[in-house]
Amino acid sequence: MSCWETLMDYGLRSVGIGERLLPRDNFTLCQQVTLIGSGMIWNIYFGTLALISGFFLATAVAVGKASNLRVIRKASEWFIFLFRGSPLFIQFFFAYFLFLSLKGVSPIFDPLSAAWLGALIVLFLNTAAYSGEIFYGALLSIPKGDLEAADAYGLSGWSKFRRITWPTMLRLAWPAYTNEAIFLFHATTLVFFSGFPAWRQKGDALYYANYFADKTFNPFVPYPILAGFFIVLTLMLVALFGLANRRLNRHLPKDRQSKMRLRMNLIR
Amino acid sequence: MACYLTTGKHMSIYWSVGTVLLLLAITAPTALLFGFGGAAAARSRIAPLRWVGQAYIAVVRGVPDIAFFLFFVIALDQAFEWVRHQVKCPDWEDPIRQGSDFIVCGIAKLPQGNAPQWVHETYGFFLAVLTFAIVFGAFAANVLFGAMRAVPRAQIETAEAYGMTQRQAFWRILVPQMWVYALPGLSNLWMVLIKATPLLFLLGVEDIVYWARELGGSKTARFTDYPHPDWRMWYFLALLVFYLLFTRVSEIALGRLMKRLTQGQATLGGEAQRKAA
Repeated sequence: MSCWETLMDYGLRSVGIGERLLPRDNFTLCQQVTLIGSGMIWNIYFGTLALISGFFLATAVAVGKASNLRVIRKASEWFIFLFRGSPLFIQFFFAYFLFLSLKGVSPIFDPLSAAWLGALIVLFLNTAAYSGEIFYGALLSIPKGDLEAADAYGLSGWSKFRRITWPTMLRLAWPAYTNEAIFLFHATTLVFFSGFPAWRQKGDALYYANYFADKTFNPFVPYPILAGFFIVLTLMLVALFGLANRRLNRHLPKDRQSKMRLRMNLIR
Repeated sequence: MACYLTTGKHMSIYWSVGTVLLLLAITAPTALLFGFGGAAAARSRIAPLRWVGQAYIAVVRGVPDIAFFLFFVIALDQAFEWVRHQVKCPDWEDPIRQGSDFIVCGIAKLPQGNAPQWVHETYGFFLAVLTFAIVFGAFAANVLFGAMRAVPRAQIETAEAYGMTQRQAFWRILVPQMWVYALPGLSNLWMVLIKATPLLFLLGVEDIVYWARELGGSKTARFTDYPHPDWRMWYFLALLVFYLLFTRVSEIALGRLMKRLTQGQATLGGEAQRKAA
């Protein structure tokens, strides 16, 4: 079987298009690259949607944590502590079993116990908590002069927030937020190892890499392939966030623009 | 209820909490050692050693960590067996990789097939510790590398002016002073390490996640003697609370440690403490 045929058969296997059966023996390098690459679709799906939806909740949480109202502040603080203080792995497990028991209550909750929605919700809440903390830190370090200037121009309330506070907060938080985004994509690999079943073997990249490693008992091929895919993904993310960073900093003189510094990635 | 929570199987979940704590207690110093080695290598003046150190730090970035965990457990196991195979059976003819099998001669197997159960478990645990230490060692190396660079240059220059050798300046001046710069990074790392412990489950160690799944489940054949419905949700809620408490306690303890270490240092924090006193 030529590599092109393999690509046609397994290129979209992770979303259920193409050959139903996974290869069982005589794995070729092409099969491994194709299937693991196909699994990346799920990683990108989880990462992108969680990042975009989490961004809005994170802004709300950050503003909430800086709020003067005690109730809102405490609620935001607890939300952040809950999701940052416990392992994502346990959160996945807990959420999965919670959704399972909800399923018994009413069939409305059925899709929650499937990975595409349930895991997405967990990732959304998790990234909202982590980036909320980042945004909160940035919110506190907005230069006082900027806010005073906004007052002097007669801006207040929503228009002050939209035009001054929020863009400045994003600008200050952006390098840290880039790291958070990279993290999030790495964290998506946990989904199918934490209770959420890979229905009809439609799994993510690590799921397939693990499948090959189990079948061939040779970790030295599938995991480096996976690593290669993730390095490419990380580089693309960095480039994309770098563009946004340029735009956020475009009004500043060249020497004051905050450089993107990449820091190490850790498990959450 | 009290009776239910103290059954034999529940005792194993409490034991597995001990396993987690033991893992933390062993891994933290080992990872620190790996990290120290990595950082010292990365700033070495010998180029190949420097490359090794920098590559070690760089490779662990950019790749999902559980991929590393899954990779290292098999890779280390095979590496050990391969080395033993080379040493113990030099006249073995067949190739080691036959299709999808990894075959070494009988006496090179680790652990031996006839070894008792606890040897297997300890070996698995040992592999897990080594894996954790390698991965977290790279993170620690990164932190310590930064801390070594943060020590004011003037301190090293003064040491050189006193006629200390490179080695003396490193051990007597740089190493004692770098800890206060490294502590914020290291305490962050400790939090992350705590939160990484449930991944033990993926490495095949029977840890708390394993037992929570087993005990909470209703249909597992081995535990039919608990006629309760699916309680796994509550078991995982308990785990969640356990981890929350653990991180909170560590946070407070590390805050105190930081306060002690800042004492008398030429940093902003140390200066603030001096003024307050």
